[in-house]
Amino acid sequence: MRVKVNGVERSIDAPPMSRLLDVLREDLRLTGVKEGCGEGECGACSVLIDGELTNSCLVPLLQAEDASITTIEGVAQDGKLNAVQQAFLDHGGAQCGICTPGMILAAMALIQEHPDPTLEQIQEGLAGNLCRCTGYMRIFEAVVQAVRR
Amino acid sequence: MRSHVPAYELRAARDLPQALSMLSEGLRPIAGGTDVMVLFEAGKLAHKKWVSIREISELRSIDIMPEHVTLGALTTYTDIRRSAILAAEFPLMRAAAALTGGIATQNRGTIGGNIVNASPAADTPPALLVYDAEVELVSSRTSRWVEYRHFHQGYKTMDMAGDELLTRIRLPRRFSDWKHFYRKVGTRRAQAISKVCFAGLRSGDQTRVALGSVAPVPIFLENSDLSAIAPIDDVRSTARYRMQVAKNLMEEFLNVTA
Repeated sequence: MRVKVNGVERSIDAPPMSRLLDVLREDLRLTGVKEGCGEGECGACSVLIDGELTNSCLVPLLQAEDASITTIEGVAQDGKLNAVQQAFLDHGGAQCGICTPGMILAAMALIQEHPDPTLEQIQEGLAGNLCRCTGYMRIFEAVVQAVRR
Repeated sequence: MRSHVPAYELRAARDLPQALSMLSEGLRPIAGGTDVMVLFEAGKLAHKKWVSIREISELRSIDIMPEHVTLGALTTYTDIRRSAILAAEFPLMRAAAALTGGIATQNRGTIGGNIVNASPAADTPPALLVYDAEVELVSSRTSRWVEYRHFHQGYKTMDMAGDELLTRIRLPRRFSDWKHFYRKVGTRRAQAISKVCFAGLRSGDQTRVALGSVAPVPIFLENSDLSAIAPIDDVRSTARYRMQVAKNLMEEFLNVTA
């Protein structure tokens, strides 16, 4: 099966029902994609599929055929962090790090949809991504700062 | 325990006739996967043969007709949230979609999947009930429209044969002048599954009320009469709490729409 991951065409030999999450982590070694709950509640496994925020734990590989997938590994360009990544770094938006890849991808999808989001839009856009460390305030602040850059 | 992945068959249908043909061979449909894949990961997906209908583009549209607005079964929650006609004439659809899961679930989950998953706690069914929705069921043999209020027959049982696919949902355009009210009560505002979900419409003395999460099926209240229901105890709440919340919401609905 063919999928495009972070701009590179990959050919994958796995059963069609395989979870995209497992294919990314185990077949392609993209371990920035985290497994949290495995049931679409926590957002740790978030990726962008054709630009749309998606929980990769709920996607059978067959449904990703010919799609273009972005994981956290594909976000920095030419060794330079994306504005959202840099803002998370600068404003303490990450602690243990498990939610961070999904949180950053969710923030990028949010900014794509709302280039100048209100606090409520930020909260709603990230509501599917759970963080058990930060209390969220520094994450919201990082998103605000990323937009201002 | 996790499922043994190679034991599962999953094929893609390119169009509706092909999907229907596969259903008649005993395959079951998977669309956005937001329910099916949860069971799969938990090792609780008993059926082994599946057909992905996600790429059937003819089932993903919102069509505006003179008498109805028709939603293809693969319309996602995000599609519903972005629809101007639904926002204008069926705002409870938009409210329900916005309160279903997070953005990632809304991007993937479909209205048809939500209906046939038949969770009593789903957020869209009460809105569909008050809007007097009908659903279209199609198989290789036949096609028919069913009133949604008679579609759910008991917990996870529906007026639908194994080879039928729910293809479209039709909403009559006669409620846009009514007052619309929607509340979902859960453990937290974002992401949580409902304890009580309330949809109401009002025009003068006329009211239409439906509830989710209080019974084995979503309930349309005849004459908006709460005494007709017997709420359930389950892992998310108790019957007593649900009844009290339903009464409070009814009072709020009647006040807000007065």
